[in-house]
Amino acid sequence: MPMSGPGGPILAVITGDDLLQTAFSGLALGCKYALIALGFSVVFKATGVINFAQASLVLLGAYLTFNFAQTWDLNFYLSLVMAMAAGALVGVLTEASVLRWLVGQPPAALIMVTIGLLFVLNNVVTAIWGPDNRNLGDPWGIQTRDVVGVTVADRDVWTIGFAAVAVAAFFVFFRYSTLGLAMRAAAFDPEAAMAQGIPARRVHRVAWAIAGAVAALAGATLAAGAGQLSPATGSLALVAFPAIILGGLDSPLGAVVGGIIIGLVQQFTALLAPEYFDWVGDSFERVSPYLVMIVILLIRPYGLFGTREVRRV
Amino acid sequence: MAITHPFTTRFRLARPGRSGPAPDLTLSYEDEIKLLRSPGRTPWRWVVVVGGLVLFLWLPTYLGDPGLRVLSLCGIYAIGAIGLNLLTGYTGQISLGHAFFVGVGAYTAAYFGGQHGWPMLAYLAFAALLGFVVGGVIGPFALRLRGNYLVVVTLGLVFLGEHLWNNWDSVTGGGNGISLGGAPMSLGPLDFKQGLELGGETYTFEQSFFWLVWILVALSALLAKNLVRSRAGRAMQAIRDRDLSAEVIGVSPARYKVGAFAWSSAYAAVAGALYGLLQQYVSPGDFGLFLSITYVAIIIIGGLGTIFGSIIGALFVLGGRSLIEQNSGQAIFDPLITTRSGEPGIFTIGELNAVLFGLAIVLFLLLEPRGLAAFWFRIKTWFVTWPFSY
Repeated sequence: MPMSGPGGPILAVITGDDLLQTAFSGLALGCKYALIALGFSVVFKATGVINFAQASLVLLGAYLTFNFAQTWDLNFYLSLVMAMAAGALVGVLTEASVLRWLVGQPPAALIMVTIGLLFVLNNVVTAIWGPDNRNLGDPWGIQTRDVVGVTVADRDVWTIGFAAVAVAAFFVFFRYSTLGLAMRAAAFDPEAAMAQGIPARRVHRVAWAIAGAVAALAGATLAAGAGQLSPATGSLALVAFPAIILGGLDSPLGAVVGGIIIGLVQQFTALLAPEYFDWVGDSFERVSPYLVMIVILLIRPYGLFGTREVRRV
Repeated sequence: MAITHPFTTRFRLARPGRSGPAPDLTLSYEDEIKLLRSPGRTPWRWVVVVGGLVLFLWLPTYLGDPGLRVLSLCGIYAIGAIGLNLLTGYTGQISLGHAFFVGVGAYTAAYFGGQHGWPMLAYLAFAALLGFVVGGVIGPFALRLRGNYLVVVTLGLVFLGEHLWNNWDSVTGGGNGISLGGAPMSLGPLDFKQGLELGGETYTFEQSFFWLVWILVALSALLAKNLVRSRAGRAMQAIRDRDLSAEVIGVSPARYKVGAFAWSSAYAAVAGALYGLLQQYVSPGDFGLFLSITYVAIIIIGGLGTIFGSIIGALFVLGGRSLIEQNSGQAIFDPLITTRSGEPGIFTIGELNAVLFGLAIVLFLLLEPRGLAAFWFRIKTWFVTWPFSY
């Protein structure tokens, strides 16, 4: 905050500790976005759909975790796993009931159908669990610890851990498993993949299942803390859009890098904007990711790690 | 998804005793692109035109003010939707940024009309111009970015716009919004705000505004129709169908993509200005992502690539929304709607509306991706080809 001195407002000095603290919280926030973005990119890679409904899968996953942990009073980690399983199921059902009928439709139709699903799912979730803020029931709460002068929240440590595990699992799955190989092949060239006997439908289902499961994990990390779970949790997921675009839509690695960049950008804007460029207006950190995204896209139209579309006559 | 008239030429068996081409045969290009041919040849268009004219004159004397407000709102959305259809339906550029341009128009009207007292024609025209210019500035993004990337960039535009409306206090009034109460709404001797006085009769604001809006809907539709049936329109559709081929045959994508953005934003800005005049107050929340999504839903439900579809889409989406709001007390909604005061029921009115909106989008895309306009084409085709089924 700017302090008032005799000669007018003087800038508060931002110390190295402040920067370190902001870098850490940016990293933690970025990992949350990365988890959301992973779900987006796995569906896009396999099916070519920009899935707006991912935001409602995130919301649903968070509320399911809440339901298992608080209402049913189960162990939190067990609840999380159950929510991920349920999220995967919802993802598969969405694919089977709606998206499979739209394969090959123009992008406008695919985007709008997921937006339609977003409205339906979000409002069903709100109708079931109500509009109030809730405690997720996580064991981390608001506990913090001090690490070399940086205040570190337990839930942030867990978030970073989850993101690291998820990325490792993605890597192993796509690199070493047969299904992962099939998914990469189907994403690379759907027709050639089908000619080789790769079941396109199963690839799509698995992609949606993974997206649903990761969404639940992302939802739980977003809603952890005191009274953080509310229907607005879902709209946070929209901030992950700049992250996936930044990284390149079809690249899980890009999703993670993009997520972390966006998290850092947001936290540093929140720290620096009021001090050094307050003419940008209040709460500029809410829109700075979009600005960064637009600038990067103008330089690299397919994101940092996205596949360049080859145009041949 | 090009929708052409099912039969531009109909073949008839040679008639005994007559020579020359069959009367239905289209012989010249002028004939081909005519909007209204003789009633014998395009009876359906005449039904629509005459029926629309009768409804336009008669409805305000029959419906009450609340109903007319809803219809005016539908008309306003129809204007914006025609603009979006030029961009998405005809040029194939998907944009979730329409709400931003609607906001540009609304704040232009509020600032120059409401705060500085410009006459109505001046601030409406300036809103359109500003929309055109801003759209033309954003347009070049569409040259560099394609498909899904463009969607997310235009999505970002909405959030950046909302930030601008929230923080540019001197022009937009910031988060509190700005009033259009001071905006003059007269056109020569016709004062729409006080209500028209025609032939000794005095009409209310709602009646007058209904006439104003729907005249503008007709003008916008005509302008758009002229655009799409001309050289520019064919170039736009070529880009939509396959931009690479269009480029190869000499269509300049830069010119037509940027042009489509500019025109669509001009339409959006006019819709925004009219929206401000109807509501008499605008605030940043009015121009969020939900508005953009509503516009895209309107053109998908109405019919992509049809001007007529934009109008029926707006009537369907906005009309449906307010029908539910106004009839939420009816008994059939009891098991569905709750007012959160312990009544049984599943959804609040807002939630029910949002769920139905989402379901409508999903079901239309699954069952009739060509939208409501396709029903019209089907009916027409059925009559034209009768007694054969195809």
